[in-house]
Amino acid sequence: MAGASPSLAAWLTTAEPQSRLQARLGHFYQVFRRLARNPTAMAGLVIVVLLVLVAIFAPLLATHSPIESGDLRTQRLLPPGPVFWLGTDDQARDIYSRLLYGSRLTLAVVVLVSVIATPIGLAIGTVSGYFGSWSDRILMRITDIFLAFPRLVLALAFVAALGPGIENAIIAIAITAWPPYARLARAETMTIRNSNFIHAVRLQGGSSARILLKHIVPLCLSSVTVRVTLDMAGIILTAAGLGFLGLGAQPPTPEWGTMIAQGRRFLIDHWWVAAVPGVAIFVVSLGFNLLGDGLRDALDPRSSR
Amino acid sequence: MNLEAPAADHDRTRRGARAALGLAGGLADFLLTLAITLFGLLVVTFVIGRVVPIDPVLAVVGDRASGAVYDRVRAEMGLDLPLIEQFRIYFMKAITGDFGRSVLTTNPVIEDIRRYFPATIELATLGTLIGTLIGVPLGVFAAVRSGTLMDQIVRIVGLVGYSVPIFWLGLMALLLFYAHLGWVGGPGRLDIAYDYLVTPTTGLLLVDSLMQGQMDVFWNAFSHIILPAALLGYFSLAYISRMTRALVLNELAQEYVVTARIKGLSEARVVWRHALRNAAVPLLTVIVLSYATLLEGSVLTETVFAWPGIGSYITSSLQNADMNAVLGGTLIVGAAFVTLNLLSDLLYRLLDPRTR
Repeated sequence: MAGASPSLAAWLTTAEPQSRLQARLGHFYQVFRRLARNPTAMAGLVIVVLLVLVAIFAPLLATHSPIESGDLRTQRLLPPGPVFWLGTDDQARDIYSRLLYGSRLTLAVVVLVSVIATPIGLAIGTVSGYFGSWSDRILMRITDIFLAFPRLVLALAFVAALGPGIENAIIAIAITAWPPYARLARAETMTIRNSNFIHAVRLQGGSSARILLKHIVPLCLSSVTVRVTLDMAGIILTAAGLGFLGLGAQPPTPEWGTMIAQGRRFLIDHWWVAAVPGVAIFVVSLGFNLLGDGLRDALDPRSSR
Repeated sequence: MNLEAPAADHDRTRRGARAALGLAGGLADFLLTLAITLFGLLVVTFVIGRVVPIDPVLAVVGDRASGAVYDRVRAEMGLDLPLIEQFRIYFMKAITGDFGRSVLTTNPVIEDIRRYFPATIELATLGTLIGTLIGVPLGVFAAVRSGTLMDQIVRIVGLVGYSVPIFWLGLMALLLFYAHLGWVGGPGRLDIAYDYLVTPTTGLLLVDSLMQGQMDVFWNAFSHIILPAALLGYFSLAYISRMTRALVLNELAQEYVVTARIKGLSEARVVWRHALRNAAVPLLTVIVLSYATLLEGSVLTETVFAWPGIGSYITSSLQNADMNAVLGGTLIVGAAFVTLNLLSDLLYRLLDPRTR
């Protein structure tokens, strides 16, 4: 990574890349080097990488089952200790193990919302920016309407209608998340659509669909991706909020927001049941925020000092 | 463009006319956008109401009713009409404030909302007040000391505000300040002993009790509201301080600041009287936006603090599948949010002469 061998670093930083891949990797390397100089951004990156690792290796790291109860007579609501590292909940389940498995849900929510919302935003934004005129006006009106909506309350109403569950929570968040991406993709498209290479493709007989899919969308993808990364902390908090209200993942799923809602009943005497999952949500969304902040600084040439 | 130099007074009237036109245009644009967005909100809530998996007719007649009864009720509820016609009826009712009856409270939804909404407004207003009074100076401070440790601390305080789940922080704050330290009143707006002592006029307990001179009720209400309001205040502080820093930093790089410094003005005067004043208009829109966000975000906070506002109303209706109440509440919060959101746009255009 940072300690790349000199020849590799030279290959990455060359002013005359031999291939598209080399140019792209070189660009990533430059961004990463700027990011590496920012300690808080690196802290964010470490948190996010840890989240991914924990999600992958949860079965190896967990000490107990996340779903099955322990001995209900003797192991309920135990404080953190040597056997149950972060204590147990009212069903005598190990909170530490539940937390580890919960990271998978958090990651799944973030990934799925991005996978659903990004294409919607890209499609609406690029079509709107490319064709202009009335289609632009109508699509942007719709985008503006969705942009002005209260996201949490709307997601709440959606889930209320579709029925509680993690899948519906993901759909609801995705439906309210796409408008900023559409705005961004539209702006990018408008700067690209009159370039010479687009004219060249059209002269060769390339259809509008081909131009959009093969030439414009790939160019919009990177800036939209950065924007999605910036939104991830918000997505995590909304999902946890829906879980807390009983509208997201249903028990006994070890979703962090749902775990807080369950621990709420014993808050005063057994505070750790609600406190621990909250710390996890906080650390992960802080990680995404720090990383997103750093990425924005690293990609914005004006802020490079 | 005007190329010849016209007479000065002619120029002035023209500029005045253009400003007035800009104002009227801005206002017309605001009203049009508002109408379209509110219409969109109605469409979305209508669609949400349609996809509910519960059969609303069965909920009324029960599952033992005969086919004839079922059909009659279905027709009475207007569910056999074409969708467009159903939407027209929904639209006409909604704009007159008729959202149907709540199944849970059996009152018309609009009456419930009228009773619950002031509590939310009181909470969000106090929260925004706290956020502004602390957030703006903090942001200015960070901008002046940009790059120092102080700046980093303000940034971290803001980032934590962006990252912490509000309902969790609320629970922890209740645990510490109410259960363990006993510094504040617990959940709800008042202790039971103080209920019904104040006749509601504005619906804002703090204002009503002050106006009626009931200081003990005021202090009790204050001890209940201060924790949730401080919490919401922290979230708006995170946003406001960050935006203030960016705005003031931008102003400090302008040439008029250099001029002011060359004139020998004190640094405090340069920052507070010159830079901050020029950042005031965008800052105002930031504060309005943050107020809108708090109105919406109160859904989670109110649930934690058992605060009898619109957020609690929506969530408790949700748990009882009371769709009329959920959609009515969503519409009202949505309409308030949309209006404030667009209003911040309008304010920006009205107050900043550069945008005319």
